[in-house]
Amino acid sequence: MCVAAPGRVVEIKDNIATVDYSGNLTKANAGVVNVAVGDYVLVHAGLIIQKISQSEAKEMEELFSMLEEMGNA
Amino acid sequence: MPDLNEIKEYLKGYDGEEKVIMEVCGTHTASISENGIPAMLSPKIKLISGPGCPVCVTVASYIDRLTELALTPNTTVVTFGDMMRVKGSEKSLRDAAAEGGSVKMVYSPFEILDMARDNPDRQFVFAAVGFETTTPVYALIVERLLSGDTKNVKLLTALKTMPQAIRTVADGDTKITGFLAPGHVSVITGHKLFEDMAKELNIPFVTAGFGGAELLTAIYALTKLNGGESLNMYPSVVTYEGNAQAREKVNKYFEPCDAAWRGMGVIKNSGLVLKKEYAQFDVGSAELCADKMYNGACACGDVISGKKPPHGCPLFGTVCTPDTPQGACMVSMEGACFHYYTNNR
Amino acid sequence: MKITMAHGSGGRSTSQLIDEIFRASSSNPVLDMMEDSAVVDGDTKIAVTTDSFVVTPLTFKGGDIGRLAVCGTVNDLLMRGAVPKYITTAYIIEEGADTGTLKLIAESLERTAKEAGVTVIAGDTKVIEGSGGVYINTTGVGFVKDGADIKSANCCEGDALIVSGTLGDHHAAILSERMNIENNIKSDCAPLCEMVQNMMSAGVRIHAMRDITRGGLGTVLCEFAKNAGCGFEIDEDKIPITPEVRGFCKILGLNVMHMGNEGKLLAVVSESDAQKALEIIRKSRYGENAAIVGRAVKGGDVTLITPLGGRRKVTELYGEGLPRIC
Repeated sequence: MCVAAPGRVVEIKDNIATVDYSGNLTKANAGVVNVAVGDYVLVHAGLIIQKISQSEAKEMEELFSMLEEMGNA
Repeated sequence: MPDLNEIKEYLKGYDGEEKVIMEVCGTHTASISENGIPAMLSPKIKLISGPGCPVCVTVASYIDRLTELALTPNTTVVTFGDMMRVKGSEKSLRDAAAEGGSVKMVYSPFEILDMARDNPDRQFVFAAVGFETTTPVYALIVERLLSGDTKNVKLLTALKTMPQAIRTVADGDTKITGFLAPGHVSVITGHKLFEDMAKELNIPFVTAGFGGAELLTAIYALTKLNGGESLNMYPSVVTYEGNAQAREKVNKYFEPCDAAWRGMGVIKNSGLVLKKEYAQFDVGSAELCADKMYNGACACGDVISGKKPPHGCPLFGTVCTPDTPQGACMVSMEGACFHYYTNNR
Repeated sequence: MKITMAHGSGGRSTSQLIDEIFRASSSNPVLDMMEDSAVVDGDTKIAVTTDSFVVTPLTFKGGDIGRLAVCGTVNDLLMRGAVPKYITTAYIIEEGADTGTLKLIAESLERTAKEAGVTVIAGDTKVIEGSGGVYINTTGVGFVKDGADIKSANCCEGDALIVSGTLGDHHAAILSERMNIENNIKSDCAPLCEMVQNMMSAGVRIHAMRDITRGGLGTVLCEFAKNAGCGFEIDEDKIPITPEVRGFCKILGLNVMHMGNEGKLLAVVSESDAQKALEIIRKSRYGENAAIVGRAVKGGDVTLITPLGGRRKVTELYGEGLPRIC
């Protein structure tokens, strides 16, 4: 229900971040996530809704082992 | 951990008990189509689309009020692109614009603040639709309006929340064996909400991302999980607790209300409206419940709630096509009917 | 200076406008006669096309409405195997338009005409009420060599589909300005004479060609499938697209298959000529990113094979290709 794109914060001024998506810059409100320049963030309708954690590969591995346990239960 | 090819093979050759998986979120519906996923699944795995496209669930009286506002002198309606073509009981915002109404389409609702500042003598109204993901945007706009000098911005809200709608769908006639939980709603609510719902409804939930591989993996998990179990498979942005800061802002300015869903009627406690003390920013959202459909035979409500597949609607593909949409599910690029029609799903 | 209704009166102000802007930009023996119609040479079959240009903003990154008018017209002629020769231009100008902008447009139009090898042989100017808009209607005439027979009905099973470069640039450039997204995406607006003429003179068996404008590659292929006795299959990961345009599509929820271009063509060529055609296009101006993206197949469907290995039906563009947020 909500298109959201991942981008990188390149500037922050007065709680408004400039976010770079492969060379496209838009302004995004940083009112509900504490972000710093360089953070990867998820933006929906001009609002940063979350920081993107970079450790997904490891997390996915853990998930699958959980899935194995649950599925067999 | 199985690799993607093993997952693909498994899903194509799946021969266990029949699975009916609902993707609640419209962006999931769109991504499933774009990636050509239905063709990759065994006939024993059915995907059905849920009530998670804000445009599709918006009732006719809301659109009617928007078109009326767009045609009011000195008033501009500001909206997301998707809302432009949805018909109310008679016309769409696009039709209103053709009649000389003032409608502006934006990427970010925050743009309304700049428009209003540059045109202080004109009234701007944002067509504030959305779910948990989008509501924080409107909360921040209200916050800006309270702290600044801009006086000429108001909201017409049709804000919905997922849990009650999911409960309604789960109680319906269609036996759903698993839910793909809406990924970006989960960013705000946290995976905990769907973990709790899985237990309550005794149906497995998987919170999923939007890439093709992520969706296949989530579907794979839903064929394995048992009732009451859940997994967060979108951990890069979805935490257990979600975005508390965003929820705090929403709770500050909005309160729960009963909300009308297109074709599904009024569902208790399934929406949000501005609190009384902020009513000055609202242009009469609460009373917009009537759902007089443009075409009385339209089965959007049954489609949204998973009771009927799109081709179960008598209008599908004949009277109702993307060129001549009779209901919102055919208009929206996230609508189930649009995707079934354009992709032969 | 601003255009007023007087500039459309047909009197002195009109001729001043024509002299100072349009004649000053485009001057040649045929046009300079200032007669009611142009009389020109011609001794082959001719291709004729007409088009109207209504883009806003009038100038954008990578082009302007003047360059666009020539490219759009010339490319339409080329797609039937014609050599573009003549173009006519009719301007409809709303009062309030800026004469400086008009001059820039007229000069750009002439420059692009020279690049494409066409002569502006007739023109017209009208002024209407409004708020500064400019619209251009054109007619293009091209000469068709004996034996050239390029049309969508000629596509047949096995043919290769070649796209002449990255898709979506024009659409993204225009939408970026409208949606306040900053980037370096430029319109691809260009006349495709060199690549087409090089393919034709090398004897490439081109069955059909179309410039991939409004509606995008998806719409073009669906139109071809209606006229031809075959369907088409596209490998999504072969479609050339820049990372910037891909990122842009992601922000707005757009699909590159339905995004417009103004300097890209789709060529359907005999399978055995595919590599040769690809090399020729890549060596020609504006063709360096060309790629073979798919093939003509049995049936009548247009199918996209996704990078994930899924298949989905490609349709024409429905609606307006509006940005999708929710």
